[in-house]
Order: sequence, then C-alpha cells, then structure tokens
Amino acid sequence: MVDVPLGPAGAVAPSDLDDVELYHPHSWVTKYVFSQDAKVIAIQYAFVALSVGLIALVLSWLMRLQLGFPGVFAFIDASAYYQFITMHGMMMVVYVLTALFLGGFGNYLIPLMIGARDMVFPYVNMLSFWVYFLAVLVLVASFFAPGGPTGAGWTLYPPQAILSGTPGGQDWGIILMLSSLIIFIIGFTMGGLNYVVTVLQARARGMTLMRMPLTVWGIFTASFMALLAFPALFVGAVMMLFDRIFGTSFFVPAIVEMGQPLDRNGGSPLLFQHLFWFFGHPEVYIVALPAFGIVSDLISTHARRNIFGYRMMVWALLAIGALSFVVWAHHMYVSGMNPYFGFFFATTTLIIAVPTAIKVYNWILTLWRGNIHLTLPMLFALAFIVTFVNGGLTGLFLGNVVVDVPLSDTMFVVAHFHMVMGVAPILVIFGAIYHWYPKVTGRMLNETLGRIHFWVTFLGAYAIFFPMHYLGLMGIPRRYHDIGDMAFVPPSAHTLNAFITIVALVVGATQLLFVFNLFWSLRHGRLAGGNPWHATTLEWQTPETPPPHGNWGKTVPTVYRWAYDYSVPGADQDFLPQNQPGITSVVPGASHG
Amino acid sequence: MAEQAATDLRVIDAETSGLRSIASDFSSDRQAFRNVSWGKAMMWIFLLSDTFVFSCFLISYMTARMSTTVPWPNTSEVFALTIGGTSLPLILIAIMTFVLISSSGTMAMAVNFGYRRDRKRTAILMLATALLGATFVGMQAFEWTKLIHEGVRPWTNPWGAAQFGSSFFMITGFHGTHVTFGVIFLLVIARKVWRGDFDHERRGFFTSRKGRYESVEIMGLYWHFVDLVWVFIFAFFYLW
Ligand code: HEM
Ligand SMILES: [Cu+2]
Repeated sequence: MVDVPLGPAGAVAPSDLDDVELYHPHSWVTKYVFSQDAKVIAIQYAFVALSVGLIALVLSWLMRLQLGFPGVFAFIDASAYYQFITMHGMMMVVYVLTALFLGGFGNYLIPLMIGARDMVFPYVNMLSFWVYFLAVLVLVASFFAPGGPTGAGWTLYPPQAILSGTPGGQDWGIILMLSSLIIFIIGFTMGGLNYVVTVLQARARGMTLMRMPLTVWGIFTASFMALLAFPALFVGAVMMLFDRIFGTSFFVPAIVEMGQPLDRNGGSPLLFQHLFWFFGHPEVYIVALPAFGIVSDLISTHARRNIFGYRMMVWALLAIGALSFVVWAHHMYVSGMNPYFGFFFATTTLIIAVPTAIKVYNWILTLWRGNIHLTLPMLFALAFIVTFVNGGLTGLFLGNVVVDVPLSDTMFVVAHFHMVMGVAPILVIFGAIYHWYPKVTGRMLNETLGRIHFWVTFLGAYAIFFPMHYLGLMGIPRRYHDIGDMAFVPPSAHTLNAFITIVALVVGATQLLFVFNLFWSLRHGRLAGGNPWHATTLEWQTPETPPPHGNWGKTVPTVYRWAYDYSVPGADQDFLPQNQPGITSVVPGASHG
Repeated sequence: MAEQAATDLRVIDAETSGLRSIASDFSSDRQAFRNVSWGKAMMWIFLLSDTFVFSCFLISYMTARMSTTVPWPNTSEVFALTIGGTSLPLILIAIMTFVLISSSGTMAMAVNFGYRRDRKRTAILMLATALLGATFVGMQAFEWTKLIHEGVRPWTNPWGAAQFGSSFFMITGFHGTHVTFGVIFLLVIARKVWRGDFDHERRGFFTSRKGRYESVEIMGLYWHFVDLVWVFIFAFFYLW
C-alpha cells in the first residue's frame, strides 16, 4: 500500500498559502541583483565566497613563498606575513567555507530538496546576502586601510590583537576585522533563521524529517549550531571593539607595552579565548556537517546504492552537533587550566570520535559492493573520506592533553587542521559543484579539465600537508615568519619547505583551471538534461532545468519515499525518485525513513 | 509490509497529547511544529539565538567582575537617587523595572484584542506599550547622563573597578537598543493595525506579503523576551 500524505490538520497551515505568498519579481534588477529567489541568492553567495577564496589562496601562496624561500621576497616582512596568515585563516574559515556551505549550498538545495518553492522569508534572505557582501567589503577594505589588515592571527587573541606590537593593532586593521565579523554574524543570522525554519516548517507533502536527504540534515544542523555558536563570537568581538576603541579592559590585564605600563588592569585574556572557542570549535563542525551530508548523498548516488544506516547517520549528525558545544577548551590546553577541566575536555573531545566513526563506517558500508561510478563527484567524495579520516586521526593525538602540549603551536597542528577542515571540506565543495552544476546551469562541467583538477588537487594537497606533520614533530613552530638556522632544524627541513611551496603553487594554479572550467562550461559544456546522474532527490525532478522561479511549475511535488531508493529490486530503473508513487523501498521501513 | 508501518505512523491523530504528540509532530510531513506559522517559528528561534548573546554578555560581565583586582563599586549606592533629602537605593531602577513589566501586560492585552480583530483597542494598547518602552529608554538615558556627570566612563569610574563602567554601558546599552528597536516595530505594527492592513490583506511595503494579526503576537514574543532579559540584568548587575 502506498504511503498516503497527511491531510491538512485543523486550521489552514501556512504552508498551504505558499503559492499566494510567492513574490514575483518584475524587473531585471529584482530578478538578478536584488533578487529574493533563493537560487539566485545562492549563486550570489557562492560567487562572492569563491572570490574571497581566491584572495585567500593568493595569500597562502605568499606565505608559502616566504616559508619556502625565506628572505627572497623582500616585501613579505614579518608584519606582512602575520597579516597574510590572519586574513588567510579568517577568510577561509568564515567568509569562504561557512558562507559557501550555508549561504551557497543551503540556499540552493534546501528549498529544492524538500520540495518548497522558496525560503520562508525571501526578503530577509536577500538582506542576508547583502549584509554578508558588506561584511566582505569591510574585511577587504582593511588591505587598503592605514596600517593594513590585522596580523593578530585568525584567533585574534587579546591583548596582543589590540596593542601596537601587532600589525593593525593600533591602526584600522583590528577594528575593521571585528566590525566585519559583527556584520557577518548579523547577516548570517538572517539567513540561518531562514534555513532552519524552511526545513522545519515548509516541507512538501509526504516529506517527513526522516525522509530528507542527508545534505539537508547536514546543512540544517549546521545552521542551527551556527545560530547558537556565533553569539559567542559576536559578544567577544563587541567587547574587544570596546577595548580597542573606548580603552576598556575586558581582556587587558595589567600590562607593559614597549616598556610603558599601560593604564589598564583587571581584564581577562582567557575570557576571550573561551568566547572565541565556544564559537570556534562548533565552527569546525558548522563546516564539516554540511560536508558530511553532501558526501553521503554523492556516495549513495554515484554508487547506486542506498545509504547505509540512514537513521544512524541522522542521529550521528545531531550527536556531533550537540557534543561540539562541550569540547571548546581543547584549544586552550596550553593556555593553562585546572587539570580536571583538561580531563573533562579531553574526554568529550574523544567521545566525538564515536559518532564520527559511525559516519565513516556507514560511508564505507554504503560503498561496499556498490556499483561505484568513478565520476568526478565520486572521486572527490572518496578523496574526502580518506582525507577526513587522516585529519581525524591526528585529531586524536591533539585531543589528549599530554600529547597536545608539545605539539601545540607546531606545524603538526597546521597539518591537522588543514587536513580536517581545510582540504576535506574543500574537496566536498568541489565534488558538490561537479554534481550540482548541471542543475544550476543545464550543462556538465568539462570532464577532462575536471580530472586534471581532481588529481592535482588531491595528490597535491597530500604533498603539501603530509610533510607538515613531520616538520611539526621536528618542532618547527607554527606562525613563524622565518625559522632561521636553529640547531634543531636540519637542512632537510628547508628543502622540504621549498618542496611544499612549489607544490602549493602548482595546486593553486590548478584551481584557476577549475575557475576557467566554471565559466567555459557555461556555454560549451555538454547539455545535461534534467537528471544526468539518475538521482532520486527532488531537485533533479524539477519540470525545467535550471529550475525557474518558484521551482516546481504548477504543482509542488508529493513525496512517497526516502531519498535513497537506488537499485530497488523489481523496479524498471535503478533509481526511484522521491516523488514517484508505487513500488516498495529496498529497506524495510525505509519509506518513512 | 513496510508501507503498512508507514501509514500507521501517519494515522496517529492530532489529539494525542504529551510526548506522543511531540513525537507525532516531528514525524509528520511538512511541519515539525504543527500549526506554528513560519513567522512565529522564526521569532522563537531568533530569541533562542539572542538568549545566547545575552547569556554571553552576562557571563562575560561576571567573569570580568571576578577577574578584576580592584573592588567592585557598591551598586546600591551608585544607583541611588536623593529625593527630598533621603537617598533611595535603586529607586530609579525599580521604577524602570516596574514600567517595563507593566508594558508586558499591555502587550499581552494587545495580542488578545488583536485576535478578536478589535483594531482600535489593539492599536491603542500597542501604542501604550510603545510609550512605556520609550519611557524606559528615557529613564535609562537619564541614568546614563547622571552617571556620566558623576564621572563614570567605559574606561574608568570614581569608585572602583574600571570594568564596572565598561559592563554597565555595554550591557544596558545593548539591552536599550533592543528596547528601542522594539518600540520602533511596535509603532510600525500599531499603524498597520490601525489602518486595517490585516483586515484588508494589504501587502507589506518591503516584503510584499500579506500581514496577519499574528504579527501582533510575534511582536509580543519579542517584547516579553526583552522584558525577561531585563529581569536578569536587574538581578545580576544591579542587585548583585
Ligand atoms: C592551497 C591551500 C592552502 C595552503 C597552501 C595553505 C597554507 C597555509 C599556511 C602556509 C599557513 C600558515 C602556517 C603558519 O605559519 O602557521 C596557513 C594557516 C591557516 N590556514 Fe591555510 N592554506 C591552504 C588552505 C586553507 C583552507 C582551505 C583553510 C580553511 C579552513 C585554511 C585555514 C587556515 C587557518 C585557519 C590557518 C591559521 C591561521 C593562523 O594561524 O592564524 N587554509 N595556511
Ligand atoms: Cu576544536
């Protein structure tokens, strides 16, 4: 018997009004510039985020040039190096990854995947993008401000962040950085509320929570977490702005600056660290959970196999999301804390490994005896799993207090976090772009360019970051402009550094190839049709590709099954779209998740 | 067989109560919170996020108060007013608190009349709420002026730890901003009610969506939240 969707319960639910409520743009400007359509907003978000990504990439080249060939490039002095490092880190984490996953993929995929016509509050959604854009402008403006951008490190630890020894500390740099973050958070809140409420309250008929694709689950959980984590950064930024502009001492203890005792005392630098990492750790998962979700869908689709342990996957996402709020002080082991706290935070940190491992096992079991197509999205998804496991394993080292203390602030940490939250999510972003580009544009990305892009990026990322583990174990410190000729640094370390730099330049150049592909395929790509991957989820079932304003034409789809009906025995195709009635699902009970 | 289970799940009717009804809401399609409109859901989640903001502010203030090496000024003296020769501790704050709590009352009444489509009373009660809110902000401005005259600055004050002034201006300022925004939105919505926008389904200027009387209730949620936050600020900053 087919699953019959629920009738309206009592009062008219607001989702019944959505056709009436849909806003129809009339001019070119309201269609493409100040657009309220989530799909257009998504592309705007993605475009700006990728542009910021290119800036951050160039900054990483400059840093690598200095590390690989110290002293050759005179303009990269110590101050410039710190400014590059800070802007690179902050841009990548907040303005690229967060904005791309939530603002970009969230906006595009949530309404389409759950069968809605748009986000619940399109106007607020539009504001969200423009506020984000403003935040980016303010951030980039600091490159041109007197004194240049802040060089405080992406963690912005006070008191150094606001003192004169740090680039931008007594100039505009830190003010612009903090203002930009505050603006970003305001903009994100507008978007995040939309994503969360749309998922909760605006799904299609038959789309229960436990039938949603894991992509939606990942983005939903991450958005919700962001709404609870960003407040801490917001407060920290406001307080540091006070310290910098009004001369308050929230974060400044009694201190001597350049030989002069400052007229300040009683502040707590540790307080900022707590606020920062209460945001900062969940932030790692705000970036990771959408990646987890997307990767699950890529694997299932391109291995033509239903996802293994769907329910477990959902609960693991939620568990990781919840746990990530109680581990933040593992970033502060070297700041000093009560040993019992260290014990507590080490324990919670290691507990997160359990739901995370469950996810990895389930991905592997999904692949197990699947009909694996090594398409570009699948290649990137596989690369993600390997890289994430890799970064996760070094995370187990760093989560333990006694192991972390000697490794903290070395290149080992740089290697770890680049693997786990740099390379891994970026691989997913690439995979996702190769996967959904046909839906967005109607054309496939060029396959040959894509394969070059994949292999160089994947192997290159390992060539860059793998050796950094060894550098770290050797004791090479992180955030050093020039390690110089210390007794403990063998000459081979310098050779290794030069090697890493050359690879980094090559990998960087390959990203330009990818950007070229994005534009070239717009006109010259192979026509994709509506559902090139034979995928089950709703976004591939739209009547037109690219989906027009309102997504679904006359009628919103009705959902009859979960998102993973691949290779169902007895079906005439190897996939059953979510909106197709009839035929039982593969997994008992799967039809309702 | 599998499908049987699926339909059974759906049969659970809306009447079941308690945990079961929560479970059935969450396993239903379309909406996790049945009959909660988008706007209301959004406001609730926003308020949750804002709770985190205020919690962080308050916890930070407490940390600052504990970490500073200089004694904290005595709030009941600092916030005392001399009226008719006697010094009354916290008198202004007490009045402010009273005003704000009363405004929650008028707000609640406005919501009630809104759902009865009683345009006039709703609008008047909302205006009264806005007026009380504005009074609150006015008294806060008076308090700020008084303290500034006495030499309190964000970075210093005559009585003790510098963090006192910093926290004071930051927290009351942030809360005052919330009240001010609340007053502005109260006025906007009161005007809509008065004009009958919600009866004629007139479309919003920015969003071009039809308004509903529910806006009054959503406004009310925000307003009660701001009042509630004030109670915590009152307890932790002024009374402690
Ligand atoms: C081509 C790719 C990349 C290269 C070559 C690269 C290179 C670097 C280098 C050389 C540093 C400074 C290390 C030090 O001296 O301490 C750094 C720091 C950092 N990178 Fe990357 N990076 C890349 C991609 C990313 C991505 C995708 C992210 C996103 C999470 C990221 C996040 C960070 C962060 C958070 C820091 C720390 C900044 C700080 O210490 O304040 N990077 N990166
Ligand atoms: Cu962490």
